[in-house]
Amino acid sequence: MSGHLYLWLIPALPFAGFLLNGIFGAKLPKSLVTTIALLAPLGSFALVVNAAATIFLYVSRCKLCGPPDYGWSILPLNELHGAWITSGRLQIDFSFVLDQLSLVMLLIITGVGFLIHIYSVGYMSEERGYWRYFAYLNLFLFFMTVLVLAGNALLMFVGWEGVGLASYLLIGFWFQKTPAADAGKKAFVVNRIGDFGFLIGIFLLLSTFGNLTFAEIGARLAADPAMQGGVVTAIALCLLVGATGKSAQLPLYVWLPDAMEGPTPVSALIHAATMVTAGVYMIARTHAIYDRSPFALSVVAIVGAATALFAATIALVQTDIKRVLAYSTVSQLGYMFLGCGVAAYSVGVFHLMTHAFFKALLFLAAGSVIHGLGGEQDLRRMGGLRKNMPITFWTMTIAVVAIAGIPPFAGFFSKDAILYAAYQEGAGGKILWFVGWLTAGLTAFYMFRLWYLAFLGESRADLHAEDEGALVHARSDTKLTLEAEHHHTPHESPWSMLGPLVILAVLSVIGGWVGAGRFGAFLAPSVGARTAEAASNTLEITLTALAVLIAVIGWFVAHRLYRNYAGEEPLARASFPYKLLTHKYWVDELYGTLIVKPILAVSRFVLEMLVDFAILGGIAWLLAGMASFGGALLQRWQSGNLRSYAAWLAAGAAALLLFALVPWTTVLADVGIHLNSAGH
Amino acid sequence: MNELNQTILTWILLVPIIGAVVIAILPDRGKLSAWLALITALVSFGLTLHLPTHFIVGQPGFQFEINKPWIDNPAIFYHVGVDGLSLWMVVLTGLLAPVGVLASWNPIRQRQKIFYSLFLVQQTAMFGVFVSLDLMVYYGFWELSLVPMAILIAMYGRKDGVKAAIKFFIFTFVPSAPLLVAIIWLYVRTGSFNFSDLQMLVANGSLPADALFWTALAFLFAFAVKVPVFPLHGWLADAFCEAPVALAMVIAGKLGLYSMLRFHVGLFPVQARAIAPLLIALTVIGILYGACVALVQRDFWRLIAFATLSHFSLTTLGIYGLNLTGRNGAIYQILNEGVIEGALFVLLGVLDTRYANSQIASFGGVASRLPRTATFFVITTLAMVGLPMLNGFVGEFLILSSTFMNVSRGWAVAATLTIILGAAYALWLVQRLFYGPQSQMTAATPAADLHLHEWVALVPLAVLMLVMGVAPSLWLRSIERSTAQPPSKQAIANPELFSNSQQETAR
Repeated sequence: MSGHLYLWLIPALPFAGFLLNGIFGAKLPKSLVTTIALLAPLGSFALVVNAAATIFLYVSRCKLCGPPDYGWSILPLNELHGAWITSGRLQIDFSFVLDQLSLVMLLIITGVGFLIHIYSVGYMSEERGYWRYFAYLNLFLFFMTVLVLAGNALLMFVGWEGVGLASYLLIGFWFQKTPAADAGKKAFVVNRIGDFGFLIGIFLLLSTFGNLTFAEIGARLAADPAMQGGVVTAIALCLLVGATGKSAQLPLYVWLPDAMEGPTPVSALIHAATMVTAGVYMIARTHAIYDRSPFALSVVAIVGAATALFAATIALVQTDIKRVLAYSTVSQLGYMFLGCGVAAYSVGVFHLMTHAFFKALLFLAAGSVIHGLGGEQDLRRMGGLRKNMPITFWTMTIAVVAIAGIPPFAGFFSKDAILYAAYQEGAGGKILWFVGWLTAGLTAFYMFRLWYLAFLGESRADLHAEDEGALVHARSDTKLTLEAEHHHTPHESPWSMLGPLVILAVLSVIGGWVGAGRFGAFLAPSVGARTAEAASNTLEITLTALAVLIAVIGWFVAHRLYRNYAGEEPLARASFPYKLLTHKYWVDELYGTLIVKPILAVSRFVLEMLVDFAILGGIAWLLAGMASFGGALLQRWQSGNLRSYAAWLAAGAAALLLFALVPWTTVLADVGIHLNSAGH
Repeated sequence: MNELNQTILTWILLVPIIGAVVIAILPDRGKLSAWLALITALVSFGLTLHLPTHFIVGQPGFQFEINKPWIDNPAIFYHVGVDGLSLWMVVLTGLLAPVGVLASWNPIRQRQKIFYSLFLVQQTAMFGVFVSLDLMVYYGFWELSLVPMAILIAMYGRKDGVKAAIKFFIFTFVPSAPLLVAIIWLYVRTGSFNFSDLQMLVANGSLPADALFWTALAFLFAFAVKVPVFPLHGWLADAFCEAPVALAMVIAGKLGLYSMLRFHVGLFPVQARAIAPLLIALTVIGILYGACVALVQRDFWRLIAFATLSHFSLTTLGIYGLNLTGRNGAIYQILNEGVIEGALFVLLGVLDTRYANSQIASFGGVASRLPRTATFFVITTLAMVGLPMLNGFVGEFLILSSTFMNVSRGWAVAATLTIILGAAYALWLVQRLFYGPQSQMTAATPAADLHLHEWVALVPLAVLMLVMGVAPSLWLRSIERSTAQPPSKQAIANPELFSNSQQETAR
């Protein structure tokens, strides 16, 4: 293949954008900030498209010169940019790898990323921190592309922690608001719990394989078929801890709903389409390890299925439009984990891709609604927006249908493939399938609930006016500067926002048409081809029919309950379950009581007061009292005269210096000790 | 320039003293002392930069060595020199001198003459500790480094400087006495204060083992207090609260850690190996203990003190893992901590001077008033919590991974918990100081964002954090080769520690 792909430029461009806007942004004119901010992801996207085109062109030309798949042997492409950390025999390089998996990820990240940059120009146009916002957004793209391109686990960890930083900064973008600052910190710290697992996994990799390069680890595993279970399981589980943190799975999902405090385009890009899928990507990237540990794989599958169902139930009763979508994201990520957990990595990545399209669209459309309503996020105060915001309405409709899993929209294909793959995994697989299937029904229900509440019926903007105070609090995504002005005048958003909606809507329709089979065949060199036993055609059709059926049932129930919604939550009639769900199973409270408060209490009362102050402090003063400083001397010292202390200290110092310079041998010789002869 | 190689270390030691004398002679008028101190600090920093540019990486033994008889009896030599271990310590000390002067620019308004004179004496003392190869000279500088510190804490304390100074004095002077006894004992038995000779004599077994045990312990005790190692950290929090920022940023850590590497592990490898399990346990406890106690501090100086305890415990863990990578990581981490603490103290100093308050609860929303201070603070915090691509991560990774692979998985996993606790206390601090709505105090106090001199101090440190995180090889290359010396006896006594580097030397 001729020509260089300049992989390093893909992260370098957004980093340059970050530096320019981050350092000079405050003083640059807004148009220049916008130009820099948009050129960076556009350039990266162009480079990725160029790389893809070059490769596909090469492959199609090579069809004539060898066996059909011969051309694909050029992947993976490696780019080495010197050593990062070297110590003894340890060497960690800046190495980038482009293969089928990273190519797909890069297309999603830079493509969707660029669209969301454009959208943000409209959405954030009246923000004072406009430049800061785009600097952070470019920083995110930098780290995310590093994460995906990384050829070894430690460089992946760089991207991994880096996207966490970008997420922290963007969640807390409106740092003046306490909930936003709280949420940013929570996201970072909870992610650090996952990163702890990831880091231990890296240490284990290093001590097991003496290397962190994915290719070498894969080769070592391939050369040693007996390597199974044991340390491999330990590595896989440690990495899974990392993945549950970043991808908001049980039990570390708690940060993602709070992350909705950030600006809505950020929720779309980072907390839906790209960053949170890093855990799925990581499992697919290290599939060679997971393949050797059936136990770890089943843990992945169980975590995924449990999270999918758990989060979907919470989403049923949320009234904040973004929180519904947040729990929906957690739930959909659970599907991806489920797919990976049955070793159908390509199917997990397939759902990752379609989800990126329709979930980004859902968030951006929600952002358009919030923008149009001047910051309103409460579904109970929406309604009837179909008339005011037709384009937002139609694009949102497509996204809702897509996520609900109704053919021929994108979500149908990928979700169906995951359920089908799960069903084939023996008896346990049937249970996993059932959980996934049930979740599909819940998904359809809560998405259509949102759709009815927001867009159909009549406007309820004046409803609940009596608890205005509470609602102002709920309106957390509000752009501070805008809050007052646009109140109660729903309007359609500008085209910089609607354009990305339309493009994503098209992708949400056609994104799944490639089919899980062909997509999997393309990814096979990266993530392995799952050798599923050839199931009967009837089974596949039956499962598909059941999946569509439950989606339609979900829609139908939502239709019955919310078509004529007038401010009274129909689900509230089931009072205890409803309370359980509105309080999100009290998980945050549980963590606070069981983990955070005990740590703080022990730190304060046992470690600080008892150990540090009473025991160690007591011993120190006791020793000090016994040391050459007698009590009388101490009293003198406490007389408070500064100059006398200084003099005292200076005198001591002088004495010591003298001590060092005195001709000791002479002195000692006088008392009969001869130093020079002593040692010989 | 080659002639300079012969005298450079003397110049590095002399320039601050000369500056101190000049300041002491000239009148205390306006900002005169401060300007003179700044010029002296910059000159001395410039001189230290001569070292890495002329250092020959991979050459065994000490470089820029000077060895002249000073006092005949006892045989004290003016013996100085640097290797890969001390090279960057000297440069770091040089770098932090102008930073310290700039950080004192606003807060120190009274008796500037005394302050800057003593500050520069302190500077010479620290250089002396890092370059001395004669144990008596080393001891002289070690003691000298405690004196200006104690005086300045007493004179410039924020609330109760005297009490903190006494505490510091007792904690650091008292353990120095056994150190002196141990040094003299070595001299009595060997007739030499020379580091290399002593190293050889200790290694070839000509000294009684049980006495060496106590000698090594005396060395270790003095160093462990100065680092400090848990549970000897009693002086740290008070000193951080009271010391002027320019001194607080150098009070802990590097002197003690360097001395451990050179004069404990380096001089008594067998004894160090014997006591390493205890130190590993203490350091892991210190890492977690410091982080937990930092979580519940109400005063930001105290919070940083316990965070520092946690960080220096990690560095000590790298040292007493007694393997090449851990040692590299520890040396690198000493440099990292120097840069990070330097910036952190400048920034906390900004807050303390602007608001005359260090109670965290009084703050809030400062980022709205001082956005640039907030930006630098966040960058520094991120370096401190070990964000990859900033410097803290490299040292942490080397130390933790080598502990995991060569020492103990259990201790390593426990120590790694610091990445969670560290993020918790550091980001919580950022949030309480800078984010949220403005507190009553923040809103009521008019405060200016970074002044030019603070800006000048912070930008190079921030750039260093990034460069040291991205290209650590620039430093690690020369650091790693330092373990190549001493070549012979040491390797037998302590094969693992030197095995890798010997391969390097062989090539």
